[in-house]
Amino acid sequence: MSIIKTENLTYVYGDGTPFKKTAVDNVSLEIQKGELVGIIGHTGSGKSTLIQHFNALLKPTSGKIFIDGEDVWAEKTKLRDIRFKVGLVFQYPEYQLFEETVYKDIAFGPKNMGLSDDEIKKRIFDISRLVGINSDLLQKSPFELSGGQKRRVAIAGVMAMEPEVLILDEPTAGLDPKGRDRILGIIKEYHKEKGNTVLLVSHSMEDIAKSVSKILVMNESKLFCYDDTVNVFKRSEEITKMGLSVPQITRVFNRLKQAGVSIDEDIYTVDYAKKTLLRILQKGEI
Amino acid sequence: MLFSATSFYSLLLGFAFLIFIVILSQIPVKMIIKGLKPIIPIVIITTALNLFFITGETVLLKFWVITITLESVKFTVFIAVRIICLIAGTSLLTYTTSPITLTDAIERLFNPLKKIKVPVHELAMMMTIALRFIPTLIEETDKIMSAQKARGADLETGGIVQRSKAFIPILIPLFVSAFRRADDLALAMECRCYRGGEGRTRLKQLKTSTIDYIALALTILFLALVIIFNFYF
Repeated sequence: MSIIKTENLTYVYGDGTPFKKTAVDNVSLEIQKGELVGIIGHTGSGKSTLIQHFNALLKPTSGKIFIDGEDVWAEKTKLRDIRFKVGLVFQYPEYQLFEETVYKDIAFGPKNMGLSDDEIKKRIFDISRLVGINSDLLQKSPFELSGGQKRRVAIAGVMAMEPEVLILDEPTAGLDPKGRDRILGIIKEYHKEKGNTVLLVSHSMEDIAKSVSKILVMNESKLFCYDDTVNVFKRSEEITKMGLSVPQITRVFNRLKQAGVSIDEDIYTVDYAKKTLLRILQKGEI
Repeated sequence: MLFSATSFYSLLLGFAFLIFIVILSQIPVKMIIKGLKPIIPIVIITTALNLFFITGETVLLKFWVITITLESVKFTVFIAVRIICLIAGTSLLTYTTSPITLTDAIERLFNPLKKIKVPVHELAMMMTIALRFIPTLIEETDKIMSAQKARGADLETGGIVQRSKAFIPILIPLFVSAFRRADDLALAMECRCYRGGEGRTRLKQLKTSTIDYIALALTILFLALVIIFNFYF
């Protein structure tokens, strides 16, 4: 069953004023349970607006949205329940830290859910292991941590709520390559361990290609495509035209193909590229 | 000008002057009326208070403890018109003049105070920065509110104590980010060798031109007329 479903979802900013702007235009999509989906698009392509609909922070101007089969804006639906079901990690989530200790900050979400203290404790230790926060850090003030640590604590704060859908908006923005890989690793690990749906927003194709099984591309407020990673990168030409980059390795292989090397597959990770290259070399085709 | 008007006719003159400058400014009347909306409750309250509590001789209406007299009606209308004119006039100022120009003008105006060691430039700079960061902070608040709502913060229900407690998760990050921004700004200013008002040149020079003198002369003329009207009508 689909966990997120939208029907002709449209959102207009500043409706009725001269500044009105359609941020999400007639988007219909269905995301299945347990998937790890990448959402890419330009700055201003509507991806941030779209994901804010998924946990009921924005009300669509027209169209409908269903979470787990429930109409979000039907009268009887409780918005808070939706927000517990769909966890949203904003850009630069470290700016939302506020508690005295890291422990208390991670506990904020679960506490709002009304969980017991024991359960909260269990979850915090579970999650801090996953995100790599040592237990001696838990009693420190979040403001004493390094940038990367803060980011991980903030993400842990949402992960500890164990939402059925976890959405992360540019979780790697402003981090160094090491920090970036670490966050992406955590996200993958979380997905594997909990089996929950994860949506990863990014404009870095490299990040997305490495991690996800399906990709949703937004372009100029519209849904460009939503498909398996392989199929999306088959359209790398169109994607490049949109001004989005495809992974470097895909570009290299596209050039190789143009140069006459026979490669059937679409390559988008370095590991896979290596295997393919070795195979071709062994066959002695080049 | 409006404060010096004590008689009905001089207020009317002030009102005429307001209309005159509105036309001059080419600001749509719609916008000015829109700007008046928030003060409607204030006007209504003062009207009601004045109407019922000012005593006079010619009684127009009387029931129970309320008496409305001709004098009170006159005074009420007078005050209401005055308030509306005041707000319309000040909103006209902010519509036509950018905050930066305004603070620049204030700095110029208070320049003589430098003689007695008042840090005029610093004060003006503080005002400019404060005005500049209002929209930024509003945006920031929105963001933090969304983020905490996504974590299940409940801002809408509960009593006063509960609700003000619910705002802690928003206020703390907001303060932290405000301080961070202030730090960044200070650093950026330092990097550009900002060192206060002494010998600083401006991108936009304020110059008094003929039109400014005409405006000044007109304003003085009207003010004089208002005062004269006070005596003779």
